[in-house]
Amino acid sequence: MTAERGAPGPPVRRVDVLVVGAGPAGLAAAARLAASGAGRVEVLEREQEAGGVPRHCAHGGFGTRAHPLTGPAYARLLTKAAERSGAVIRTGVTVLDWGVTGVPESVAAPGAADRDVPPCPVLTAVGPGGPETVEARAVVLATGARERPRTARLVPGTRPAGVYTTGELQQSVHLFGQRVGTRAVVVGAEGVSYAAADTVRAAGAEVVALVTEQPRAHVPAFRAQSVRLRRRVPLLTDTTVTELLGHGRLSGVRVRHRDGRTTVLACDTVVFTGDFVPEHELARRGALVPDPGTRGPAVDGALHTSRPGVFAAGNVLHAVEPAGTAAREGARAARAVLDLLAGGAWPGPGVPLTVEAPLRWIAPNRVTPAARPERYVLRDDALSPRPAVLRVHQDGRLLHRERPWPGALLPHRPLTLTARWHDRVDPGGGEVRVSRG
Amino acid sequence: MTGTVTVTAHGPLPAEPYDVAIVGAGVVGCAIARELARHPDLRIALLEAQDDVGQGTSKANTAILHTGFDAVPGTLEARLVREGYERLGAYAAETGIPVERVGALLVAWDEEQRAALPRLADKARRGGYDATRLLPADEVYAREPHLGPGALGALHVPGESIICPWTTTLAYATQAVRAGVDLHLNTTVEEVGRGEVHQLRTSRGPLRARRLVNAAGLHADTLDRLLGHEEFTVTPRRGQLLVHDKLARPLVRHILLPVPTALGKGVLVAPTVHGNVLLGPTAEDLDDKRATGSTAAGLAALREQGRRILPALLDEEVTAVYAGLRAATGREDYRIAAHPEQGYVTVGGIRSTGLTASLAIAAHVTGLLADTGLDLGPVRDLAPLTMPNLGEAFPRPYQRPELIAADPEYGTLVCHCERVSRGEIRDALASPIPPRSLDGLRRRTRARAGRCQGFYCGAAVRELFERAQGEAAQGEATRSEEARS
Repeated sequence: MTAERGAPGPPVRRVDVLVVGAGPAGLAAAARLAASGAGRVEVLEREQEAGGVPRHCAHGGFGTRAHPLTGPAYARLLTKAAERSGAVIRTGVTVLDWGVTGVPESVAAPGAADRDVPPCPVLTAVGPGGPETVEARAVVLATGARERPRTARLVPGTRPAGVYTTGELQQSVHLFGQRVGTRAVVVGAEGVSYAAADTVRAAGAEVVALVTEQPRAHVPAFRAQSVRLRRRVPLLTDTTVTELLGHGRLSGVRVRHRDGRTTVLACDTVVFTGDFVPEHELARRGALVPDPGTRGPAVDGALHTSRPGVFAAGNVLHAVEPAGTAAREGARAARAVLDLLAGGAWPGPGVPLTVEAPLRWIAPNRVTPAARPERYVLRDDALSPRPAVLRVHQDGRLLHRERPWPGALLPHRPLTLTARWHDRVDPGGGEVRVSRG
Repeated sequence: MTGTVTVTAHGPLPAEPYDVAIVGAGVVGCAIARELARHPDLRIALLEAQDDVGQGTSKANTAILHTGFDAVPGTLEARLVREGYERLGAYAAETGIPVERVGALLVAWDEEQRAALPRLADKARRGGYDATRLLPADEVYAREPHLGPGALGALHVPGESIICPWTTTLAYATQAVRAGVDLHLNTTVEEVGRGEVHQLRTSRGPLRARRLVNAAGLHADTLDRLLGHEEFTVTPRRGQLLVHDKLARPLVRHILLPVPTALGKGVLVAPTVHGNVLLGPTAEDLDDKRATGSTAAGLAALREQGRRILPALLDEEVTAVYAGLRAATGREDYRIAAHPEQGYVTVGGIRSTGLTASLAIAAHVTGLLADTGLDLGPVRDLAPLTMPNLGEAFPRPYQRPELIAADPEYGTLVCHCERVSRGEIRDALASPIPPRSLDGLRRRTRARAGRCQGFYCGAAVRELFERAQGEAAQGEATRSEEARS
């Protein structure tokens, strides 16, 4: 599958920056880079349209507080902005793998031959125009995240039709106008689950129940109550889906309450929501050092990965944060790309940044002296109450303690940490750990 | 040679009696249909209760092309597996069915298993297979560096191979219908009356045939009883299997087989030609022939066993869970029997080796039919067939610049995880035996079979499928209108 295996490929094309993925992070990075004179900035998107996941989020909640937008409008806005600034967006082109690097004549940056510069990354792709090999002075991976489907969650039972993830459901209803069934069970009770329930109703079907293993819904209380009381959709907490039933078409799901009671919810559709994971195939194929917590590539505060010339931004780093966060990160990665193109050196691997349970992951997750992030994003185990205090320590030394703002203590709100402690890290020391107080 | 193709899924069946009716379009029934299709004078019907070929046990097995090294010497099964291995290997090369000759290691994890290895090598030798070799632990780890700790040694069976079971069944069926076999789907045989010819009552009305072949798999005993035979009972033995993400493929090089001991058969870990890694199967004797569901206990047990064999496998995503029902009959052999006085041949008890043996079974059954007095007439070679490649060891359409240059649809990927192009989906939907469900389309193209299970491509694939269904329905309506006027 790698370039080494095939016949001699197509001639190598060169660009200044190659962005993989035209979602919020990739588009924002491309817009900033093209506007800043980074040269040829090309975005490769395997879908037929740019915009990423917001394309099929028909609901609001995108844009800014002053200018709220629906997902599709936000996707169009980001796409236009990138195009206006001069970035080339090519849809229907799939990046397949990493190509052979270090071809002698491929030294791209003027004067690079004088310095000890690692070879530029090369990627292979395919589209209706055939195979391509592209060498770029910098690559930004913005491949996003996806929900884990029923199989990965190991939900037993038969294999009937009518089993969806939110992503598939939203595309079916909002992009293609397809019919879903008549009665749907939604698995999960987070924001995305409530969005899935809205989509089920928009398709003319009934929501039988929302089912969650958690003790409560992870959305603002007014939202959960409105769905429960006004729409009369029951929320089954502390409840697990234990089996899918039906041959051909789904006929029901068996659920079990924490206290051992079981019942069958009759339905012809089930939507598995949330449980996002980074779409990290390309990162793994490129042997980018992964972060064990996020399962995406490890990055420092300026979004350098372990592979020289390769940056990453957006939900491939943290599955998932809002589109606005991904877009801001894209812009942040663009600044670091510009530094590299201006002759900046590639930083060292940095000090690993890890979390202790019940925290699950933190991003960025490498600390290098020159790359201080705006802030860190964390995720905690949804079952435990939010931490009152976050502590940062290295080799037994307390670097920082921070009380999250009260709003962040609600389980559905993002949990963040400032980078005020960044200068106190010993770059030659052991890993930096974040724990809750 | 490729006249009109007759594949029906509803409506009444032809009134004219067939020379042979084969009940069951699994891998065995399709192979028999293909073999008989070489005789152009025969009118042949292939009847299938479900809406696609290979919908039963044939779609849910371990996808291995067996050498037959562990078959009981002297049995019919041993002979047909040995012969079928050669035949299917050659046929696969000819038609483009993906096969990878990866070889198998029977890994011994305790002293009892290690002691069993020489006996297995000896049994293989007595059955005519002498390529096995005993490997010490260090060589086992050199070959399989990701193997869990504690392996004491292994028996290497170099001929064991992996194959695509869906392409195999579909290739047989496609060649058969192109050569004039009528395939009738959604046709359950409910009663068989005797007389000059077999009078079948089916879910789609009556059908008559001079010879009847029972290739009904799990239901072979039921059909046998309709003809007055009480020779065996099929007990469905459920095998649950887990399919792991393509990113797991580099973890394993061989088929890792369990060593059978008195305590039972363990589970295998095997690469697939599609680039995934299988873990399974369980072996549960049931009485429900529709119990193709997986269970929490079954999956947990498999993962526990898998953790010992290949610990890193457990960190990779599971992309599919399925359960197949093997047709166990309480005997370590096939139950193939001719009843010349009835013009009837039973092909029962075809266990998990059926995929490997299919072409040999077909030749054997054709001989039995001739023995019942059926005049086969002249024989011809079938028109060659090239199947779309689903295997990762061979170039897929997106990897073939010349194909994309000729038709850019092969460069437009719809299913990203499995890298399935719009051209391949279009081809499958327009093929002689088109899929009638998204699952059928998946078995023909791998669309929606990857780690996202449709998160990215599900809606787009359904759109292509439903559009083709709509066009087919419209075409049918126009045709019946024309027929009326």
